[in-house]
Amino acid sequence: MDLENQKRVKEFAEQYGPENIVVVLGAAEGEGAGLAAETVTAGDPTFAGPLTGVQLGLTVYHVCEPEIKNEVDPTVYDEQVGMMEMVLDVDDIISEMSSIRNEYCKYL
Amino acid sequence: MNSVIKGASYILAHTPDMVMENGTTQTTEKIVNPNSEYLKELPNHIRTYEQALAYLPNQTYIGNMHPDELAKYDQPWVDTTVEGMNQRTGKYGEIMPEDEFYMLMQCVDVFELVMLEKSFVAATKEKFVANPVIDESIVARIHEGVDASEVEHFVNEEHAEPLVFAGKTVGFVKRAHDVDPNLSAHTMLENMVTKASAVLSLLHLIRVTGINKEDIDYVIDCCEEACGDMNQRGGGNFAKAAAEIAGLVNATGCDVRGFCAGPTHAFINAASLVKAGTHKHVVIVAGGCTAKLGMNGKDHVKKGLPILEDMIGGFAVLLGENDGINPEVDTEHTGKHTVGTGSAPQNVISSLVTNPLDAAGLKITDVDKYSAEMQNPDITKPAGAGDVPLANYKMIAALGVKRGDLEKKDLATFPAVHGMVGWAPTQGHIPSGVPYIGVCRDDILEGKVNRAMIIGKGSLFLGRMTNLFDGVSVMITKNSGKTEEAAVSEEHIKGLIGKAMKDFAASLLAAAEEE
Repeated sequence: MDLENQKRVKEFAEQYGPENIVVVLGAAEGEGAGLAAETVTAGDPTFAGPLTGVQLGLTVYHVCEPEIKNEVDPTVYDEQVGMMEMVLDVDDIISEMSSIRNEYCKYL
Repeated sequence: MNSVIKGASYILAHTPDMVMENGTTQTTEKIVNPNSEYLKELPNHIRTYEQALAYLPNQTYIGNMHPDELAKYDQPWVDTTVEGMNQRTGKYGEIMPEDEFYMLMQCVDVFELVMLEKSFVAATKEKFVANPVIDESIVARIHEGVDASEVEHFVNEEHAEPLVFAGKTVGFVKRAHDVDPNLSAHTMLENMVTKASAVLSLLHLIRVTGINKEDIDYVIDCCEEACGDMNQRGGGNFAKAAAEIAGLVNATGCDVRGFCAGPTHAFINAASLVKAGTHKHVVIVAGGCTAKLGMNGKDHVKKGLPILEDMIGGFAVLLGENDGINPEVDTEHTGKHTVGTGSAPQNVISSLVTNPLDAAGLKITDVDKYSAEMQNPDITKPAGAGDVPLANYKMIAALGVKRGDLEKKDLATFPAVHGMVGWAPTQGHIPSGVPYIGVCRDDILEGKVNRAMIIGKGSLFLGRMTNLFDGVSVMITKNSGKTEEAAVSEEHIKGLIGKAMKDFAASLLAAAEEE
């Protein structure tokens, strides 16, 4: 995850409390989504950014996961995400995301 | 009348030592973690010049292999060699070795900032001048070189950036000012590399198009570097600086910027300048970027691959008045990502692809080939960035399904039919839409393609001035055969006058009848 984004996530968690934060990802691949999810839960796996060694345990979803999709007006969702939903390997993303959530999320 | 594409050049320089010395992934690692395993392991992953020549995407870039042919070979292409596909020169350009590229850097320098060691010059000069595009005016710029002690002095005591060849320091780029960071040795080296690769692109453009240098009116540079000093950091102008060395005596020019979208912006600008009649022959050109050398090196080394980002890229395109033959640039139907477009991929693709198609009354499938981000997947996939061209084609296809332009069952075949595999080095602006312009011209002239779309996208947010990114697109079409002369022929004018007179007579008669 971009170092600047890591910094912002860390600051938001400090400002609002980690239990009040949900991170929504838009990565194009399962692997990339998994890495970003790991960064905001278990810490930066590349040991490069501000979240290195910081286990925030934040609740994290990919925008294509049903938990997020069900929260959004279907027309808006179709307009904003419908095309990408067709392009992405959603099953792969869900399986990556679920395994990270089950292992590291503290506030589910 | 639309302007036409008269030709394009594509060049590469193989710069393995610059990967270690100037690529930001490596220079950052040297500061943060100087004893890292990566830095120790990296030299074992450097390609030889012969390996870089035999690499099929490089042969594709300089025009020796068609992208459709490249697609027939299984990915990754790293270990695939094809007999005869290891040529230095191609239809569009060449792959220059590092030692000759240093000579070129010295030749394009007009402030005595680039100096090479005497014995290196003596050993390299002969093969450098044997290059047919290196003309007399450039040969005359060769400096005989300096003593090894001077090289040592400037590198060790005057903050000069070393130029390393085969592990040995053979020259340097010195700072152009004692305190101004915009004229530091680091910046001067980056800018000199960009200038040298832009010049090489121009020289090959002249070779491939056969145009007289004197006939070029205007040059637009569209790389991603900035030249200037502390009082005008991005003052410019790379375009004129490169045009000077290439001998384009009747040209001036300017720099157009937009991160990776820069080349497509420049292409549209150039086509419009010709169409408007402002200039007859406009060139767009861009040199390459040292900072991005070995950018994904850590992933490549980790996965046992060679450092594939060891190439400096460059390209140039010549636009001219409609000749009734060459492919036209349709500047009437361009796509643009506007401030209000937003960042949802759907809106982005709509603004770049379907908006111009709608304006022209076309469907997604009416465009034979799309060229968006043509990064070589050999480089991006091991780094976790996926197959970038394929991702673009899938998005265009998905939008096509949503609009009813194509059936959902055609999603899987769309990329192969309307797209291509990526073959361009990850030099930011270099792979962005423009690598196909040269091939597209040939495809259209051979009747294989009637309409193509060039799409450039740029990550403006990297400059921290806006959160937005950007993109523009433009279509290239087969020449309609209508030239300026044909449109205003004598017969046509006579016809128009005749009709006007008839109409006038009719109105007089009608007026007389009313009275």
